[in-house]
Amino acid sequence: MIALHWYLALSAVLFIIGVVGVLTRKNAIVIFMCAELMLNSVNITLVAFSAHLGDVHGQILVFFSLCVAAAEAAVGLAIIIAIFRNNLSVDITRINLLRW
Amino acid sequence: MATYLFIFFAVLAIAAAVAMVISKSTINSALFLVINMLAVAGVYLLLKAQFLAVIQVLVYGGAIMVLFLFVIMLLNIDDEASLFQSFSFKYLLAFFLSVAVLAQLLYVIAGWTGTLPVMPEQMVAIGTVEALADELFTTYLLPFEVTAILLTAAVVGAIYLAQHKREDISQ
Repeated sequence: MIALHWYLALSAVLFIIGVVGVLTRKNAIVIFMCAELMLNSVNITLVAFSAHLGDVHGQILVFFSLCVAAAEAAVGLAIIIAIFRNNLSVDITRINLLRW
Repeated sequence: MATYLFIFFAVLAIAAAVAMVISKSTINSALFLVINMLAVAGVYLLLKAQFLAVIQVLVYGGAIMVLFLFVIMLLNIDDEASLFQSFSFKYLLAFFLSVAVLAQLLYVIAGWTGTLPVMPEQMVAIGTVEALADELFTTYLLPFEVTAILLTAAVVGAIYLAQHKREDISQ
């Protein structure tokens, strides 16, 4: 049985890769995929603690988190399509209408 | 055996995540994310969360990624310039900030001394459909139904946002 540390470390590394992606990429769809990666890495933490403590509630929270991620993906991609229709681009440096 | 499997899935997940961030083509990023999702499902299997592993493959690897690929196909996006060609101070700053946060997280995890109680092995069989559904349809029945309403509202909202409005263009 692998110690809990390693699952938490894997989760932290995946989360930070997602953060780097959000900070450096300019394509809105890739930024969105990095956000999904971050959601996923937190799910690993929840499942690891749930398995370690023998408590089923953590896995149920992951179940709800999956449902919310699915809803978020549908709405977010619809917003990206709407932005693309107005700007003809998903480059976030060109979406600067509300920028000061 | 479990250790080797964990190393395999962890390396696969991290490599796919890094490849997703640095690949030029959006479609390659999406396909690397699928590999990452499958590796995470393998990690769930190692944690004896069988139901969540199956759901991960079905919902993330299947439904959400099909949605992403469909949108990429619909928008027909060009490859963007490589990250390393357009190097700037902002990328360096972002990288060092992230490394600092990662170092802090790993320091906290490594310094953790195992204050959680150790559970006996027979209590660990909690990832089955039976055990999850037992809680989900008794204690968490109301949140479960609210999730159904949330998904319906999200689908209606997505269709409304993405539809083509002719009267807006003529104005």
